[in-house]
Amino acid sequence: MSLSESTSRRRKKRANGVEFTAKEFKRQWILIAIAAVYVIYGIIFYYLPLAGWIMAFQNYKYKTGITGSKFVGLAKFQFLFSDAKFLQVIRNTFCMGALNLIFSTVMAIVFAILLNEIKNIWGKKIVQTISYLPHFLSWIVVCGLVHDALSSTGIINELLVKFGIIDSPFQFFASKPWFWPLVVLTNLWKETGWNAIIYLAAITSIDPALYESASIDGAGRFQKMWYVTLPSIRPTIMILLLMNIGNVLNAGFELQYILGNGVIQSVSRTIDIYVLDWAINGRNMDFSLGTAAGIFKTLVALILIVAGNTIAKKTGDERLF
Amino acid sequence: MSINTMKPKKKKMATEDLIFTIFNTTIMVLFTIVTLYPILNTLAISFNEGSDAVRGGIHLLPRVFSLKSYKTVIKTEGIITGAKITVLRTVIGTLSSLIANALLSFILSRKRFLFKSGLSLFWIITMYANGGLIPTMVLFRSLNLIGTFWVYVIPGMVSAFNVMVMRTYMAGIPDSLEESAQLEGAGYMTVFLKIISPLCKPVYATIALFVAVYHWNSWFDAMLYNRTNTKYTTLQYELQKLLASVTAQGQGGGGGAASQTDATVATVIPITIRSAATILTMAPIIALYPFLQRYFVTGLTIGGVKE
Repeated sequence: MSLSESTSRRRKKRANGVEFTAKEFKRQWILIAIAAVYVIYGIIFYYLPLAGWIMAFQNYKYKTGITGSKFVGLAKFQFLFSDAKFLQVIRNTFCMGALNLIFSTVMAIVFAILLNEIKNIWGKKIVQTISYLPHFLSWIVVCGLVHDALSSTGIINELLVKFGIIDSPFQFFASKPWFWPLVVLTNLWKETGWNAIIYLAAITSIDPALYESASIDGAGRFQKMWYVTLPSIRPTIMILLLMNIGNVLNAGFELQYILGNGVIQSVSRTIDIYVLDWAINGRNMDFSLGTAAGIFKTLVALILIVAGNTIAKKTGDERLF
Repeated sequence: MSINTMKPKKKKMATEDLIFTIFNTTIMVLFTIVTLYPILNTLAISFNEGSDAVRGGIHLLPRVFSLKSYKTVIKTEGIITGAKITVLRTVIGTLSSLIANALLSFILSRKRFLFKSGLSLFWIITMYANGGLIPTMVLFRSLNLIGTFWVYVIPGMVSAFNVMVMRTYMAGIPDSLEESAQLEGAGYMTVFLKIISPLCKPVYATIALFVAVYHWNSWFDAMLYNRTNTKYTTLQYELQKLLASVTAQGQGGGGGAASQTDATVATVIPITIRSAATILTMAPIIALYPFLQRYFVTGLTIGGVKE
């Protein structure tokens, strides 16, 4: 999206007739000077860390720094892929990310469609305003709320016992099979309303004439949803999926870090937590390994974005670039 | 004949409509309850007396009313420092970030700017490629940012995403305004301050709100860069420490990734204290939310996804 835009802008600039002349330089010297400051800032805070990737090919020691540490080739990567724990965190990250992507997209669309069917304007407004409130709460607060709701005296256990589904309170956070569903559900609680905003905007902009002609053809409410609403918001769905597919591996840090614990760490730990462990975990600090794991994550994310984009191109849908 | 066949069909449609409306309303009411209940429940617990709350069974109203938890929380040293630093970083961070993003957006939205596409690309790349946690830490260490307040403000000041949103908005402002001002001798800075910025109030408000919420909710940078320096702790990080004491103990494990690294709190903090701290931490957001929420939504529709 953004890349193709910048090339089209370039053509526009030529059409604008702005040439690289001394006069033009002088005219906009202040813009160029400020832009230079931004380039320096960008190089320091965004591009220098990329240069830090070199650590992944070294045996980085704090004392000697990047310039003085010994190069070890791909040894760190070899270690990573022979580390059972690393393979485990890849699985966890990927599965939780994919589950989150699927469920959050479906729920947001369903919620947007149902909300759109509400005829009472005030009711609609109130429900929507409440629905995206949790988006603005921090993960710390959200995890605290979830933790209390699922604790042994919390509402969920209270209801489950009351209706006789279980005899005694269930320890959700000590259960391995429950961790992924909890992550997905917590994510849904926090983000469904927020994610629905864009779909709702897309639904509102559908031409009412389409619904009218569908009614004339005898389409019922559900047929209209299926044959008019969904196809009309398909471009929005596709572009959001594309934007989020690169984030599948990013979708796992704060929530898992806060809700995870020793008993269930084989299913809760993600790549980011694995990296963090090498970064700050006292005795076992290994910056080179952590960097290598980070590189792996970034590269996979890039591959996912490009792959998603290629698929979208083939099916004739919207694409990012 | 057609009337005869139409009638039952219409009736059938009407009952179908009614069933759907009931079903849909129920779903929406349930959705609202599920969203609000945890917050209201925590509010009720925070106002309950400590030893009574352990019994559980508190729903929307406190059983034995008490303000003691709040008194304890606001006397906790970490919370006081955390609150001060959080307010400070929210104010300074939001202002500096707003100025930095606006100025870059202004430059990128000037049609005559010579390095427009180059500079755009330079910033767009930062959205997709980043060095990651450890190289960033190493960089901050060599810049002496670790253990300072400025580590919260300076590194995240310019965000390519926010710049794209603002740039789109600014590009929509007619060029004639700029041109006529320049004919009267106004320089680029005058155009930015006197012409463009006043027209950009809505998008400025939206971006400022997003950045402010980000700063208010941050805790990870406090943990990474100021873990040993309690002078610059943040409110959310202090809350995290309170809550983590339970996650680690309650599950009887030796602590997971979270608690291994920062399980400094050995005792379990009572649920009423945790609830009070949670409520205090989210209070500003909840209090301002009804008045500000429309800005958040306009922000989404202005630039980002529509483009």
